[in-house]
Amino acid sequence: MPEPTPSIPTGPPAPVTRTKTSAYEIEHFVADLDETPIKATDSAVTDDAPRSLWGEAWRSLRRQPLFILSAILILAVIFVALFPGVFTDEPPNENCLLENSDGGPAPGHPLGFTVQGCDILSRVVYGTQSSLTVGLFATIGVVIIGGLIGALAGFFGGWVDAILARLGDIFFALPLILGAIVVVQLPVFQQNRNVWTLVVILVAFGWPQIARITRAAIIEVRNADFITAARSLGVSPLGALVKHAIPNALAPVIVIATISLGTFIVAESTLSFLGIGLPPSVMSWGNDIFAAKPSLRSNPMAIFWPGLALSITVLSFIMLGDALRDALDPKARKR
Amino acid sequence: MRYTRSSTMLSVAAIAVLALSACGSDTDSSSDGGGGGDTEAVIVVDGSEPQNPLIPTSTNEVGGGAILDLVFAGLVSYDADGKSQNEVAESIETEDAQNYTITLKEGQTFTNGDPVTANSFVDAWNYGAAAKNAQLSSYFFESIEGYDEASAEGSTVETMSGLEVVDDQTFTVKLAQPESDWPLRLGYSAFYPLPAVAFEDTAAFGENPIGNGPYMFASDGAWQHNQQIELVPNDEYEGPQEAQNGGVTFKIYQNDTTAYQDLISDNLDVLKTIPTSDIKNFKNDLGERSIESPYAGNQTIAIPYYLPNWDGEAGKLRRQALSMAINRDEITEVIFSNGREPAKEFTAPVLDGFNPDLPGSENLEFNPDEAKKLWEQAEELEPYDESEPLTIGYNADKGDHKTWIEAVVNNIKNNLDIEVSGKPYATFKEARTDATDEKLTGALRSGWQADYPSLYNFLGPIHATGAGSNDSRYSNPEFDEKLTEGLAAESVEEGNEMMNEAQEMILEDLPAIPLWYQVAQGGWSNNVDGVEFGWNGVPLYYAITGK
Amino acid sequence: MTWYIVRRFLQMIPVFLGATLLVYFLVFSLPGDATAAICGDRGCTPAVVAGLREQYNLDEPFFIQYLLYLKGVLTFDLGTNFSGRPIATIIAEVFPTTAKLALMALVLEAVFGIVFGLVAGLRKGKLFDSSVLVLSLVVIAVPIFVLGFLMQFLIGVKLQWTNPTVSGDATFTELILPAVVLGLVSFAYVLRLTRTSIIENVNADYVRTATAKGLSRKRVVVVHVLRNSLIPVVTFLGADLGALMGGAIVTEGIFNVNGVGNTLYRAVLNGDGPMVVSIVTFLILIFVLANLLVDLLYAWLDPRIRYA
Repeated sequence: MPEPTPSIPTGPPAPVTRTKTSAYEIEHFVADLDETPIKATDSAVTDDAPRSLWGEAWRSLRRQPLFILSAILILAVIFVALFPGVFTDEPPNENCLLENSDGGPAPGHPLGFTVQGCDILSRVVYGTQSSLTVGLFATIGVVIIGGLIGALAGFFGGWVDAILARLGDIFFALPLILGAIVVVQLPVFQQNRNVWTLVVILVAFGWPQIARITRAAIIEVRNADFITAARSLGVSPLGALVKHAIPNALAPVIVIATISLGTFIVAESTLSFLGIGLPPSVMSWGNDIFAAKPSLRSNPMAIFWPGLALSITVLSFIMLGDALRDALDPKARKR
Repeated sequence: MRYTRSSTMLSVAAIAVLALSACGSDTDSSSDGGGGGDTEAVIVVDGSEPQNPLIPTSTNEVGGGAILDLVFAGLVSYDADGKSQNEVAESIETEDAQNYTITLKEGQTFTNGDPVTANSFVDAWNYGAAAKNAQLSSYFFESIEGYDEASAEGSTVETMSGLEVVDDQTFTVKLAQPESDWPLRLGYSAFYPLPAVAFEDTAAFGENPIGNGPYMFASDGAWQHNQQIELVPNDEYEGPQEAQNGGVTFKIYQNDTTAYQDLISDNLDVLKTIPTSDIKNFKNDLGERSIESPYAGNQTIAIPYYLPNWDGEAGKLRRQALSMAINRDEITEVIFSNGREPAKEFTAPVLDGFNPDLPGSENLEFNPDEAKKLWEQAEELEPYDESEPLTIGYNADKGDHKTWIEAVVNNIKNNLDIEVSGKPYATFKEARTDATDEKLTGALRSGWQADYPSLYNFLGPIHATGAGSNDSRYSNPEFDEKLTEGLAAESVEEGNEMMNEAQEMILEDLPAIPLWYQVAQGGWSNNVDGVEFGWNGVPLYYAITGK
Repeated sequence: MTWYIVRRFLQMIPVFLGATLLVYFLVFSLPGDATAAICGDRGCTPAVVAGLREQYNLDEPFFIQYLLYLKGVLTFDLGTNFSGRPIATIIAEVFPTTAKLALMALVLEAVFGIVFGLVAGLRKGKLFDSSVLVLSLVVIAVPIFVLGFLMQFLIGVKLQWTNPTVSGDATFTELILPAVVLGLVSFAYVLRLTRTSIIENVNADYVRTATAKGLSRKRVVVVHVLRNSLIPVVTFLGADLGALMGGAIVTEGIFNVNGVGNTLYRAVLNGDGPMVVSIVTFLILIFVLANLLVDLLYAWLDPRIRYA
């Protein structure tokens, strides 16, 4: 089965090959060089310094509307997380009066009230910070740990794979609640249970999934021609893994990571449901969704707004992931 | 979809037929649900999986308790209002509230044909108290003389010296000290009799218990674990709780929210607890088919005295301030849709001797101004140690406590302007262990449901010095003395008066802050009639009929 | 290949030992005294507590408890749980139901995820693609305890298409709704994974070659593109089986399924060590076998992958 040509996807090709080809082939062209599409390709490589994979990706990203849109959204969410006070006058977690319980929109309270009589807008705005922190850092954590372990296991195979993959099996089969209940009780966390406790729990039990996906993707490209080519050109195994195998295996990891970002934020809600999430005094979308569940039938808006905020955040990261994938994909970039 | 419903009906009818043939009665064929007051219908009710083998002395939770109460009959039973009535007992007599002579009715039998004799009770109670059997409810026998010897750790004594069999129908009980309300307790499941076969293989017996109550197991293996338990009427039973239906099947649910869905789609006949999430909807969904009936249970927040901020004179003022900062009327109205009743004292309104106007009950009334004043007074005595902000602990695994805890927290925060938050425990056992080991770092919610209808049951086991459920570690010799006096009183009425005098002390000290009394909110399907709830919030299953 | 499989089976031994040890350790370090769960609200007398501790070996140090459990496993005696019931019986009761539920969820998420993902990938940026994006957003953003409850309420109670809860028999039709709910989040993963993979592969050289050879588009897509795109999807599904079997706590709770997830959850809450470890051990076995199957599937999906 024919494979994607190794030279373009895998970063800077060896200059020797390039000059030789162009110099040799020019003589055979019938048409004027200015009129052929090859000209663009040729002129790009002759004088520019070889661009890195990421530099190349950045160049193509900047031109994508999908990327621009998602970047604006994400920046907006981050801005809300950092400066919640700009968006609401209601102080956080205060003035919750039962007389307002499940009330509809009122002057100064455009989104209405929760079952406890708290202002929904204020809670959603102030909840952004902890929810975003949990989602973002748990995702970064699993991608780094899971990605690293999966990549090593997949690329080297043999006993490395046996140990790392089986380790993943053990962790994956462990019930999250069991681990979570225990971790929450560690002396470090017992006194001040906060978002970072949650990040640790989610990373500790979430990494095997990314590890398996990365491992699979790496196994898939491990035997590809371009890796063999790189290796035979004297690239070290580790170099081949980092420079050639990983970039080609990124797509599924990005997909899992962007979805996981959302599921982590939601998982915080489920953990609250089980009594091991964030303490009720910390405002987060997950806590709000959980708290609004009992009044789902009488006041659905209390669950709608935090859910919407969560959806927008996840959407922006999914779009970012798509854009990034397109930019990084050597096969798609070629045309 | 039509046929889903009718097929359910058919299977209910089929179960009815099976149940009838199982208990060997040859009445006319079962009706298919038409007509009023059908006494052959099998009633499907919600239950939870019994946590232990169904042996009366080792069952300490409601799931198993509900089954035992139907399968066994004790010396006395309680009617809907919590009045005790003789069941197996012909008479229970005493002259000094310490020595009791108990005579049994003639001709009572277990469902395996064995007669119910004095030994059935004495042996069962001795079994329950003996340390070597490690029965969970052993402390219920603590009043009987000889309990201490039999129940001490490592003890090999198998009998209590206070129990003596006179003849098949009569036995005597000597208590360690006079207790006038002791006969009231005898309807609790720990005091049920056991047939001789129970002691041969208790584990096997616990799977298929044989009792003397209004119902019996439909067959061996009628307990399908985590799914259902099928009971059929015991035709031999004669007494006040005679079955008005063709059987009761307990369908086991993991949570009330799920059971509620089954109820409103007529897949479940009776639900005893409406889930918090549907408190606002159930009257709409069910209309006439719902009930709110107060029962002997309450909800309190215990504050340990070993917390520095909450001891001494300043601690007492803070406790009162906290209590007055909670708007019980508003919370019960908004959060529970009036499904709870604001507390006026420490027991429950359905009990004999209940008095809502005790001196000190004003401490349980919402009074934000006074609350603030009291808190400031406490600050002057001894400033609050800010490094230990108040938390209110609750367990997140059972019950639905988060919503009301949050409401109480907001009340305190808004009215006292102090830092306070809810503290969820992931597991019940974790909360219990912290309470037992005196490691609580804040207040802890604690609900109490009466074992037997008596004021003492709400006071002694919770607030007496060294009592098993004394989470606050309250210790007041005067209070203890009053309780002992009350128990020894000539009559129950006199005893109640002393209990209420004891209550005045804790209304002042507030070792725990009473919040509200429980109200059973239940509902039933279109298939049944005659649903009524008892004094303990459990439906009177035997009285339910088909439609 | 045979040698590879044998080796993988041998690897299950250290996995078993490691996992049981770790799980036992976690249960052992669970906060709270196990007897407190048994004794309930009222507590027990010290003598009763002592009796219970002896009965369940709770006084032994951690490692001895673990060895006692291992000894039991090797003699095919898993012991009893804290309610005094044989653990083997409980496992035999709950595993078939959960296996049925998990497999149904897996099939549903696989079929719908791959088909939707394939179409979305081929029509990247079109209406269908955007619609399924919104659909997956809803599935991701709304927790399962809300989504499950809503579906139960609408389909089970309002429309009465099916019973809202699952009976003891757990029949196929009863399990459809819970399976849909259980598979929803994974469906979003499968869908997005397939879509991305398809987009990647549609542009690959071999597709152009195949098209150039004159193969029909349909054949190219199904035989070449899809098959080459399935590796990440299959990996995900393999790992998901374990998660579906043990992690269905919320779904099983909503539909009252007497299954593994809830039994495990209750055992964790009660600190019931032997029960937790036994269930987790079974889960790990299933998980390891599923992953072995997936690894072998790689070789079939992509002939370039070889195992020594």
